[in-house]
Amino acid sequence: MLSPRALILRGPGTNCDQETAYAFERAGGHTKRIHVQALAQSPSLLDDFQIFCIPGGFSYGDDIASGRILALELTVRLGDTLRRFHERGGLVLGICNGFQVLLQTGLLAPDCRSGHRTATLARNASGRFVDCWVQLQAIPGNCVFLRGLEHFELPVAHAEGRFTTADKTSLQQLDAGGQFVLRYANNRDGQQTNPNGSEQNIAGMCDATGRIFGLMPHPERFIEATQHPAWAGRLDPHADGAGLTFFRNALRVIGKDLG
Amino acid sequence: MLWEVDVHLRQNDTTAQDLVTAANELGFDIHAAHAATGWLIEGDMDLDEVRRIGKRLFTDPVTEVCRVAKVGEAELVSTPPGAQETDNLIFHVLPKPGVTDPAAESAKEAMALLGVNATAVRSLKKYWVPTECMTSEQIAETAWKRLASEAIHEVVIGPLTLSRLSGGSRWELKREQVQLNGLNDSELEELSRRQCLALTAKELHAVREHFNGLGREPFEIELETIAQTWSEHCCHKTLGSPVDHIGPDGEFRYDNLLKETVFASTETIREQLGPDDWCVSVFRDNSGVVRFDGDHDICVKVETHNHPSAIEPYGGAATGLGGVIRDVLGTGHGAKPLANLDVFCVAPLDTPAKTIPPGSIPPKKLLHGVVAGVRDYGNRMGIPTIAGAVAFHPGYLGNPLVFCGTVGLMPRDSADGRVEPGDLVVVAGGRTGRDGIHGATFSSIELSSESENQSGGSVQIGHAIHEKTVTDFVLAASEEHLFHAITDCGAGGLSSAVGEMGAELGAEVDLEKVPLKYDGLSATEVWISEAQERMVLAVSPSEWPRLAEVARLEGVEATPIGTFTGNGQLALRWNGEHVGDLNCHFLHEGRPRERLQSKFTPPQNLPVRWSLDDENFETVLLELLRSEDVASKEWIIRQYDHEVQGKSVLKPLLGPMGGPADATVIRGVLGRPRGILIGIGLRHHLGTINPFEMAVGGIVEAVSNCIASGADPERIALLDNFCWGDCRRPDSLGTLVEACRGCYEAAVTLRAPFVSGKDSLNNVFTWKDDAGAIKEQSIPPTLLATAIGQINDVSLCVSSDLKRAGNRIAIVGISTTELGGSQLAVIRRITGGDIPKVDFKNCREAFKSIYDLNQQRLLASCHDLSDGGLGVALAEMAIGGGLGADINLAKVPLRDTGNLAQHDDIMSLLCVACAETPGRFLIEVKEEDATEVDQILRGSTWSWIGHVTDDNLLTIRCGENSVVTQTLIHKLATAWREPSTAQTHGKS
Repeated sequence: MLSPRALILRGPGTNCDQETAYAFERAGGHTKRIHVQALAQSPSLLDDFQIFCIPGGFSYGDDIASGRILALELTVRLGDTLRRFHERGGLVLGICNGFQVLLQTGLLAPDCRSGHRTATLARNASGRFVDCWVQLQAIPGNCVFLRGLEHFELPVAHAEGRFTTADKTSLQQLDAGGQFVLRYANNRDGQQTNPNGSEQNIAGMCDATGRIFGLMPHPERFIEATQHPAWAGRLDPHADGAGLTFFRNALRVIGKDLG
Repeated sequence: MLWEVDVHLRQNDTTAQDLVTAANELGFDIHAAHAATGWLIEGDMDLDEVRRIGKRLFTDPVTEVCRVAKVGEAELVSTPPGAQETDNLIFHVLPKPGVTDPAAESAKEAMALLGVNATAVRSLKKYWVPTECMTSEQIAETAWKRLASEAIHEVVIGPLTLSRLSGGSRWELKREQVQLNGLNDSELEELSRRQCLALTAKELHAVREHFNGLGREPFEIELETIAQTWSEHCCHKTLGSPVDHIGPDGEFRYDNLLKETVFASTETIREQLGPDDWCVSVFRDNSGVVRFDGDHDICVKVETHNHPSAIEPYGGAATGLGGVIRDVLGTGHGAKPLANLDVFCVAPLDTPAKTIPPGSIPPKKLLHGVVAGVRDYGNRMGIPTIAGAVAFHPGYLGNPLVFCGTVGLMPRDSADGRVEPGDLVVVAGGRTGRDGIHGATFSSIELSSESENQSGGSVQIGHAIHEKTVTDFVLAASEEHLFHAITDCGAGGLSSAVGEMGAELGAEVDLEKVPLKYDGLSATEVWISEAQERMVLAVSPSEWPRLAEVARLEGVEATPIGTFTGNGQLALRWNGEHVGDLNCHFLHEGRPRERLQSKFTPPQNLPVRWSLDDENFETVLLELLRSEDVASKEWIIRQYDHEVQGKSVLKPLLGPMGGPADATVIRGVLGRPRGILIGIGLRHHLGTINPFEMAVGGIVEAVSNCIASGADPERIALLDNFCWGDCRRPDSLGTLVEACRGCYEAAVTLRAPFVSGKDSLNNVFTWKDDAGAIKEQSIPPTLLATAIGQINDVSLCVSSDLKRAGNRIAIVGISTTELGGSQLAVIRRITGGDIPKVDFKNCREAFKSIYDLNQQRLLASCHDLSDGGLGVALAEMAIGGGLGADINLAKVPLRDTGNLAQHDDIMSLLCVACAETPGRFLIEVKEEDATEVDQILRGSTWSWIGHVTDDNLLTIRCGENSVVTQTLIHKLATAWREPSTAQTHGKS
């Protein structure tokens, strides 16, 4: 049997590539971190992989807007490659800045009529960067990454994570398609933990196939219990964190395909 | 052709809202405004092309619309889209020409991707203000006070009238000799001041003599090189001096103060450790290196960036952090940065506006600025900013302190970089511009109210993504062993970097080869510019082709600019012509040393009187929790990405309710158990009272942080950062010598070696008051102690939050009633009183006890007692865990201090609750572990004092039946968080 392989894309300003690779490896996969320039020069590099992951960071400094320039590179230089990759059953995961990039490529939320995207991740309602832990609720539908997950915690760390759509119709269309698979939820005191003012508490979404998934929270930062802010004296330090499930799910789906 | 693309938000125009808030705060009655982000694009392109990139690159179709026109066209200044038709005043804020504009650089590259090649791009912010609301004078005031910094911005009121962006033409070679002969001392000093050299007359005599020996006057570039190399910033000019000191403990004569105190402590400890010595490279490289695990060493450095931050807080703090990250990257054969820390010392945020001296930035604006600078740089670098502190004191008005530190990881035994003769001098990273010229010498000069106008050029603006790509490049090249040595371009720029690397061998440098941001820089400017994000590498010619390839792959510019020679001369050329030729030995050893006089007389010790009068202890406790030094720093912590890299184990806020951590902890390597702890100690309120104990107390506090979280007491490394006033004054130097003596004593006794350090002297702010009289204010003597601990297995880390009702609480260590220099003294304005002296024997014993208990997994929680003392520490544990506690102060073991501490005297016991005696810990223990704890602690100074409760109350007793306070945990938490909440909601 072939073992599943994940390509972790990196570029100027990518900074979560190593821990994301570690998460895939802890889940049993093989990974390679590849620079976007190298991939753009030889797009066939992607042929060896079943998972394409855009990790967190500040690609190109988030200059102009978060994820804008990397999204442009992917669209201009690798658009066809990524479409073919997806068509042959590849999985695409965008975390934090990767989610921002995915949305801007139009891979996650294209509008059927105009081809213009209808959703974006705007500046947090607070106007500031925030690093905190949030409660999440998964409504997995056909999203392969979220299988078996319901309520869990993950950290967020971003300044532009407020999910917003052009109008009500676009929001309803995406919602009706079952694409809003991850939402911020209430804590045990009944307070909503939405950290950025996202519409409908949306924390992550997938495309219609369930194989392209983007989210603002960082699953790779909760792979083991000791990453939790209240583990000491409360959790078994050697227990798995909820984030590991994302990576196991992805590998399991690919493992099945690979036979 | 010069085009402008303006991008307007459809709604939620936060940029405009910031303007409205700022104007309102200044008393201007304005309720609405509009804003746009603009891009000036110069190049040979037509309207359709600019429209296309406007939409495709600059505009988010969901939230934004854009307008495109040639600069000067009416459309750009008409009513913004979606706004009501009204008469508006328009103004622009844009970076000064030559100031780094990272977004514009990225935009230019991205435009090329879309097939549009611009010759230059500049970003701007643009505002529309209804004419009926504000005059242009009021707009100028708002812009300069709140939106722009004179050091880096220009503000244009009305339409832009630019016709081109690019400027500057190639510099024509000129060699200017500086005439030193014939000048008397005061003329020499005037020359030094005028040229911002920070050299004394005596030093200039030595320079003159050296060049007279060569039969000529020095060239400007040579004099500048000497000034950079001899600056306080680059060599420990004062701390390394011979000093005669008279203090309360007698007379001391030092030939080199630093060597005989701080360095000596490390040497003593290393000798004692013998074969078990775990220091690798100390006080030598850009950071201190110690052993970590079988495969890795760790390195650490803490820097100050005080003067640049005083003038431009955002840029100063950002580049302060950028600089210390490069120190770690430039250690040995390159280290990977793992974690950052930051410490800010500022004046109280409520300092009345009328007492703020002209030319200084109000403390609130300053603190928000430095926080934003660290946030944007650290977050973009992907290095968690995981530890820190903010300290408040009126003496930091006008001269704040900004400390930034970085911990790095390197392969074992790669600490020794060695330049070989024949190696190429390769500069890699950002291009060189006119930014930051004279930073090294500027930081060695006192600040004044004029500094903001004089020193704009000495403020640098960072570009974190350049530094990130340089980091990726250096680590990739290091893995392939493609260079022999590396250092960063920090203070002094290339002059310091190449000068230091070539200190023994010498080098020849072709300055015209250095890649520039724009034309027009003279050879001297190229040589001393402190433009950011540059590293210098020594590369063997045979490795150069592969190094160049790695640089290309990582998108980094790397350029050979010269050769390390071996002839001991530093030769500088411009297109082949010599512009400077300096003898390395003179440059590094030729500085005349001056014996300094030092004297410390302790202030008269007045008895302290504190009484509760009309208030109860609850009010005192709540006020302590609310006090600026103690209160939660959550508003800062949450703006920093403290979890990136996935290695954080104990974060700055812990437990279900987010209480304060002691040390913060990260794993060294993902998936491996060994961890690194960071502790910080700062006893700035003791600085003027007893500098010796200030140093000792700070060190004990930093170490205690680590111990409380689980560190091995035999593996703690220390860093010193001295920030002092004008040490040319014997009394000021006296406090410095006392602190150095304290460092020696503490380090040797605790067996915690200093591995690195940095000093920043001349922290004095001068200004003219309304009557025209010259005023000056010096900072309180401030030693920041940083402790870097290690733990075998992070699963043994202990947090400070209470875990379970019914568990017992004990105090380990000996307490006193001394209130001098405590938080209580600060908030109640109590002067005088004894300060609690460190009892080293007890400290060591307490450290060992805590470590032993934790090795047996007997600690449910542990917290060290620092600012605010026992009452505050207990409250913090309760806040973090969301649980109550009930303790009896009468059970706390006290040092016998005569008739002061009577267990039946309530006021004495309340003093025990507030005194800040170093070296104590509160521990929480499960009932079933109590016997074992008893046994382990037998013979130590400790006592059970109470237990954890589930009644949501903090109960403090003075004797079983005497409750002095019973306070809801919620109330304590609210008080502790209040100042932070205020900063989150009220922007600067």
